[in-house]
Amino acid sequence: MRMGRVSVLIALIVVQVPVTVLSLCLLLATFALGLVFLFQPQVRLVRGLAEDTRRMVGEWTGSEIASPYLPEPPPPRPGADGMYRSARTLYRSPRVPAWNDRWKWLITDPATWRDDLWLLLDPLVKVGLLPVLLTVPARGLRLYGLWCELLLSATRASRLASQVTHLNRVRDLAAGSQAAELRRIERDLHDGTQARLVAIGMTLGAADELLDSDPAAARALLGKAREASSDTLTELRRVIRGIHPPVLAERGLADAVRALAMDSALPVSVAVDLAHRPDPPVEAAVYFAVSELLANAARHGGADTATIDIRGAGPDLRVTVADDGLGGADPAKGSGLRGIERRLAAFDGVMAISSPAGGPTNVTLDLRRVLPEHWTLPRLPRWKAALVGFLYLTAWCPLFPQGLVPAVFKVFGVEEKAWFLALYLPPPWQWPVIAFMVTLGVTMYVLALVLPVGHTREPGGTENRPCDGR
Amino acid sequence: MNRVLIAEDLYLLRDGLVHLLQAHGFTVVAAVESGPELLKGLIELRPDVSVVDVRLPPTFTDEGLQAALAARAQVPGLPVLVLSQHVEQLYARELLADGSGGIGYLLKDRVFNAGQFVDAVRRVAEGGTAMDPEVIAKLLASNAREEPLAALTPREREVLGAMAEGRSNAAISQRLHLSESAVAKHTASIFAKLGLAPSDDDNRRVLAVLAYLNSR
Repeated sequence: MRMGRVSVLIALIVVQVPVTVLSLCLLLATFALGLVFLFQPQVRLVRGLAEDTRRMVGEWTGSEIASPYLPEPPPPRPGADGMYRSARTLYRSPRVPAWNDRWKWLITDPATWRDDLWLLLDPLVKVGLLPVLLTVPARGLRLYGLWCELLLSATRASRLASQVTHLNRVRDLAAGSQAAELRRIERDLHDGTQARLVAIGMTLGAADELLDSDPAAARALLGKAREASSDTLTELRRVIRGIHPPVLAERGLADAVRALAMDSALPVSVAVDLAHRPDPPVEAAVYFAVSELLANAARHGGADTATIDIRGAGPDLRVTVADDGLGGADPAKGSGLRGIERRLAAFDGVMAISSPAGGPTNVTLDLRRVLPEHWTLPRLPRWKAALVGFLYLTAWCPLFPQGLVPAVFKVFGVEEKAWFLALYLPPPWQWPVIAFMVTLGVTMYVLALVLPVGHTREPGGTENRPCDGR
Repeated sequence: MNRVLIAEDLYLLRDGLVHLLQAHGFTVVAAVESGPELLKGLIELRPDVSVVDVRLPPTFTDEGLQAALAARAQVPGLPVLVLSQHVEQLYARELLADGSGGIGYLLKDRVFNAGQFVDAVRRVAEGGTAMDPEVIAKLLASNAREEPLAALTPREREVLGAMAEGRSNAAISQRLHLSESAVAKHTASIFAKLGLAPSDDDNRRVLAVLAYLNSR
């Protein structure tokens, strides 16, 4: 197999040499003759070859070579007057500005020139490595991999650049979804609550006017106002649930999801294994995601039961919502699933959906590094905590001054006795006492370490009682 | 049977509750505004009934509910009426879990109707229950697909709902415009269908129904 790979590498030279010659011609035409439109095809050609090599070598060596290219520029956006701007010129159509952007993008990207350099030298390197490749193919391939990594792998700058693009996108998504949320809340409050309060105020005013002339009618109006205020509260409760459900605020994710399961039309079993409460924004995102998925299962899925599983693994949070419905869930179709993706994007979370036609549906939300990693003291009964504290505070005494130090003194024959108990005893007793002291100290340390084990995940922290929320 | 403790952090509402209950012949033994004060008051004063807001300082989470549950764990059957801006099946199930009476769980809006609210406080003080219709509706809805409940007629389900809220036969007959004997017939039929032992005691009957709904 290795020899096969080596022959592929050698055979590629046959492709590389003409590509190199063509590239040189194109570059010459671009920069010497000003045929600038030939530059893009040249870059594309070289990048194609480089990408294939990256993939191939990555597969062979097992260490992936990431693409180093800067992210493509976004399509130009028209200004307020509908014109497209590029440097100091305005254009009617986006074509020229887009071309300019791409030109700048390709020509300023160091990866473009590194690719060219690699293309020029690669056949030479291969020829130079030929003896090694033929005699010790494994080592030869590894050396070739190193060479490719040298010129083809991502640079720090390109990594940072792609990270910035990613973060920009996430920020836009988060800001966009937040703005949409606020607009929705504003609309709810404006059309619902506010309008109702106005009506109540008017009813009360009317009642006030009628109070003397027609007490019976006034009383009827007051009753109406009371009813209306009750309706307003119901409405407001709905709005609040949409903003931040009270159970979530009061109890945290685990109980909020249990409450959700109880209110669902489906029998839902819930398992939560979280050592600590996640941060509030994460809790809210997960809650609304689970709520949406559960609603989907009940609405379209035709499911009989559903299960929710929320568990933390170190700093990672994984949520699984499964149902035995008809399946066929697709983010491209449902705006709800899109909404979940948008919400999760703010935490770099991803959603994986497995929903073949005919079911079952299985949705997994993965949020990496969102859980706070607490370094917590284990929860111990008071006497045990006191004992552990005492052990830590005193164990040094037998181990070091009464154990190891007199041992060293004895070994080196130091006359000093200081306050080392063992050295005041008759010689035959000295070593046994020293050994006893060392053992005692070590035992105390071991006890102090061992006692808290088994208390590290006490109730209150761990929650893993399945709840049949029906 | 009229020593009452009130726990509510909003001054206006606390004051309103004090006046309302005093006007209806209750003696307010304490009006507290935080969770720790509430727990202390419940244990030390042993009021005949207490009206407790779920969300209280210092954490503004479910402080009031936790205090009520803790107090009832120490003093079984201590009558507590819990008020909240929102009702949750989860909380209702926790309150009902010990199976003893003297428990209420109502939306705060129910205070608007003074007569019914005071009635609910009295019922809880006497060891009865007062569950918010919204909670009962949720409990019933989540049981609706189960076999014995699905077998009830719509009328029987209405009666069951009213009974689960904690109402007596007389109150049910008034609300559903039925004769008391008709209500008694319906309840007998419901108990037969659900496989519960019939009882003449209103409170015990309600507890049986709630325990039934809660066990699902």
